[in-house]
Amino acid sequence: MIVDAFYAAPALLILALGFYSTIVRDTFSATIGFIAYGLLLTVAWVQLHGVDVALTEAAIGGGLTGLLLVRASARLRPTEALARAEAPGGAVRLLAGLMAGGVFVVLAIAVLSLPDPAPTLAPQAAEHMAATGVGNPITAVLLAYRSMDTMLEAIVLLLALIGVWSLAPDRVWGGRPGPRYNADPEGILAFIARVLPPVGIIVGIYIFWIGADHPGGKFQGATIVAAMWLLAMMAGLADAPPINRRWLRILLVAGPAVFVAVGVAGTLTAGAFLGYPDGWAKPLILVIEFALMPSLALTLGLIMSGAPERPAAP
Amino acid sequence: MNGATLFGLVAAALVGVGLYGLIVNPQPLRKILAFNVIGSGVFLLFGVIARRGAAAGLGGDPVPQALLITGIVVAFSATAIAVTVLLRLFEETGTTTLASEVPPPAAGPGPSRDQAGE
Repeated sequence: MIVDAFYAAPALLILALGFYSTIVRDTFSATIGFIAYGLLLTVAWVQLHGVDVALTEAAIGGGLTGLLLVRASARLRPTEALARAEAPGGAVRLLAGLMAGGVFVVLAIAVLSLPDPAPTLAPQAAEHMAATGVGNPITAVLLAYRSMDTMLEAIVLLLALIGVWSLAPDRVWGGRPGPRYNADPEGILAFIARVLPPVGIIVGIYIFWIGADHPGGKFQGATIVAAMWLLAMMAGLADAPPINRRWLRILLVAGPAVFVAVGVAGTLTAGAFLGYPDGWAKPLILVIEFALMPSLALTLGLIMSGAPERPAAP
Repeated sequence: MNGATLFGLVAAALVGVGLYGLIVNPQPLRKILAFNVIGSGVFLLFGVIARRGAAAGLGGDPVPQALLITGIVVAFSATAIAVTVLLRLFEETGTTTLASEVPPPAAGPGPSRDQAGE
């Protein structure tokens, strides 16, 4: 029963926080609840033996998404009063509750009738891991068995950044993203923004490097590095670069471009797009990871900074 | 009931909770948040399936776990675009209402109007 409590406690807290974020009146409170919810989900992921997923959830699911929502809710605060007047009546709430309950019941039945023994690809993944040269089976899936997914994922992030930038008003196109933050230079935020980045950047690079053999990887590491950059920007110590800079655009595209180039080279040397010739898997995986990491950190940091809002000239 | 099944039921409940929030919350930002709650429920359910596929000395099936990492990153990308569209809408019209009858703009467009009225 002790073991059950270890599962039950986070499960109940996750459910309670998910419910709180959904129904609490104030949107700002909801977004703060969502961050706590994302962090608690990482506990669930660890208990489900998905440490890589836990790192991603903490960094991107809870951290970056949460920050995005918190900052947006602060800017949208003036719309709160009007929105409350639009809250639907009791009948809509009742019907929505019934529908949500129905979806829950159907999914719960599906969960309770999952096949036993469960289908799995773990033996196949473990069997061929030696050929890839990496020790973390998830990295083997991400960069060898299913590397097409990872390539498209990096490109999706780039497309998201283009989408965010394209929402800039014409007069500030090519300018600097987001507002210029002015924090007290003697304040605690500026202090943390000076002390934390050296540690955070090392941790980010460590998580990136260790990802070949242990839980971690480029997305999680890049998020931590991007978070350090965002911290420096929010403390007013750094400013987002104007988006029309050529070096910036080259850096953004470099990672995915190297990935595509390795893929095209695979068609010539290994007979398949993204194929690795024998014995070359590990070096090529490292080339891809090293090229992707800076591009990903920059892309994530700029997506978080939002659309350009100020002209390029200060 | 083992831990994986318990988290499976929590995941099912989260999808339900998120769906409820998506319908009853009038603010678009709350709808985006609720959509993320639905998404995390779906991810958690997939994680339970990965955990049930534990074999060959691995704690879970690495293929769904790798797909989950991709999924979380793509969900973040979609959320970022949705939030930016919302902020631009607010910047342009001074309101974020989804009501079909938009209240007539007062003195002029822009967020300043609403801030003054708060």
